[in-house]
Amino acid sequence: MSEAKPIGGKVFTGPFLFFLVITLIGIYFLAKRFMFGIGAVSNMNDGFAWGIWITYDVVVGTAFACGGYSMALLVYVFNNGEYHPLVRPALLASMFGYTLAGVSVFIDIGRYWQIYNVFLPWFTNFNSVLLEVALCIAAYIAVLWIEFSPTFIEASTGTKSKVNKILIFFIALGILLPTMHQSSLGSVMILAGNKLSPLWWTPALPLIFLISAITMGYTVVIFEATLSALGFKRPLETDILGKLSLVIPILLVIFLVVRFGDLLMRGQLGLAFSGDLQGNMFLLENILHILPLVILASATNRKSAKMLFLAACCLMGGGLLFRFNTYLVGFDPGEGWHYFPAVGEQFITYTIISAEILLYMIFVKKLPVLPSHEQAKA
Amino acid sequence: MKIKRRDFLKGAAGCGVLAAVGQPTFAEARKKERLPGALGFLYDSTLCIGCQACMVGCKKANDMPVESSDLLPIWEDPRDLSAKTLNVIKKFESGNGANKDQEKDGFAFIKRQCMHCVDPGCVSACPVSAMRKNPDTGVVTYNKDACIGCRYCQIACPFNIPKFQWDSAFPQIVKCQLCSHLLPKGEIAACCSSCPTGASLFGPTNELMAEAKRRQQMEPGKYYDFPVSSIDSGKFFSQKAASYVPEVYGENEVGGTQVLMLSAVPFNKLGLPELPEKSYASTAETIQHTLYKGMIAPIVALAGLFYFVNRSQKDKD
Repeated sequence: MSEAKPIGGKVFTGPFLFFLVITLIGIYFLAKRFMFGIGAVSNMNDGFAWGIWITYDVVVGTAFACGGYSMALLVYVFNNGEYHPLVRPALLASMFGYTLAGVSVFIDIGRYWQIYNVFLPWFTNFNSVLLEVALCIAAYIAVLWIEFSPTFIEASTGTKSKVNKILIFFIALGILLPTMHQSSLGSVMILAGNKLSPLWWTPALPLIFLISAITMGYTVVIFEATLSALGFKRPLETDILGKLSLVIPILLVIFLVVRFGDLLMRGQLGLAFSGDLQGNMFLLENILHILPLVILASATNRKSAKMLFLAACCLMGGGLLFRFNTYLVGFDPGEGWHYFPAVGEQFITYTIISAEILLYMIFVKKLPVLPSHEQAKA
Repeated sequence: MKIKRRDFLKGAAGCGVLAAVGQPTFAEARKKERLPGALGFLYDSTLCIGCQACMVGCKKANDMPVESSDLLPIWEDPRDLSAKTLNVIKKFESGNGANKDQEKDGFAFIKRQCMHCVDPGCVSACPVSAMRKNPDTGVVTYNKDACIGCRYCQIACPFNIPKFQWDSAFPQIVKCQLCSHLLPKGEIAACCSSCPTGASLFGPTNELMAEAKRRQQMEPGKYYDFPVSSIDSGKFFSQKAASYVPEVYGENEVGGTQVLMLSAVPFNKLGLPELPEKSYASTAETIQHTLYKGMIAPIVALAGLFYFVNRSQKDKD
């Protein structure tokens, strides 16, 4: 087992206060939303019924929170114990990412006081893709907190808890559930049908979303490990991250083959070069997938912390854009409908992001999450 | 990466199980047929005189508030469906707009409201069955006590019908429910009972389909009898037949709708979307039910994953 230690230090730092201020501004807009309705803070409308709260906070947010899932896949299914030190910080980020996606859903849905209806058997509709997503994400949030619980036990008792059969069951469940709902987040937009551009509408959406989510998981581990090394002035873990990054080009090749194969088979690739917003956004989305593939295909680049981070940034952008394109840019409900997120709406999203960063900062300082320095060098 | 060959193969097998969960394999697409007791109405654009009596009738029958904006000319106000307006008459105009039911230099009316799909996207989408299709009449209804306000019905509707009360702290989804509160009293949808010309004609969808086909056989310019209010009302109105476009809108669109439409102007000019014959609900549900049939694939995957995680822990001890 890896040695993880709290990194300690002051909680109230400059960056901490910055994110705290953003969170407080967002809370003002949240109060407005709950008092006067969604329309009071948001530009969502009957054409664009979903805005950035669903697209960013839930769809992108949970994809960026796939670190725990992807690392578990590598460590437990492919049996690569050497990456174990990366599991716990990834799990922490996943836990916050998913929990706050759950919070965002609560903010976004109009009749939030009836949210428990998704659990009532006489209301549940098992034909609904969204029900599957809702139940799966709810279950996964619980699983993530259980998976992370040994960290709390270690922190409070000072002893290492043994991994028992129950926890193993939850780790297994923690791999199954994201497989289910990350693919279903793609299936969700199949119902958008004629309103979604053929550049993104395809029955293969669940498969493409799943491959992308797994790729995002590894990407975000590199991204977060680099940022927390810089932010907390710890040594960079370039060795292990470089080795890990080899998975990404392999996944990217699979992603691009499925993505372009599907477009060619449906004969819709021409739309990419139509010069309109959707076509250009499609090109940008794919450039941001191809660039990291080129960077990470080189062994020299995989040994450079800078190149690793650059590739991770590109791919975070690519994954983000793929989801924004599928849920917003490629979505056209017809003439006369427009959407661009309002200031208040944006601030609520910034609040979700800030809250996530704040909680991450507190947790790694107070709890044994990040690998100790000796471990990082090993 | 250091991966032992044996472990790699085992891991790959594990991924195979996962892929089986994630990979869409297509079973025979499920197809929903029209219910024998399906109710709806036939809107004949060529009979519509744009009087908007149906809009008034709809507001009265459903207790909907008046909606007005000082910016619009009175006829065009309200311009479209909203959380306050369940039914709207819109006008298509081209060129000098002089001739009724002509594509060039003409105009035509179109009525917009819920189409009551045979295989509704909103019903498939709704996680909590707030959108339901009545098993006898096929009318698509909304239940606010189930609704969580997720608005997936709005995303899923190819006709953009469900509307949301954006400015309410306790919002609901609003849509035409074919006056299903009047039907048990033996009454018909208010838009049809208030229509003076029979442009909106209530009835069982199969009888309305036969009526639509009858009208398409008519010789343009000759006088015929057109039923008014409902197909069995016994009241008729004599009118010159128009030269209809050959399609009945709603016969095949996204698996068919219970509201049918006739027009002399192409439907896309009237703002109706061009849609495939297969419903998107059937595509989505076929994928979903193939993956999750009896939860077998997820349970097998979970068992496989448990084995792998357990093994990786043993290796460490």
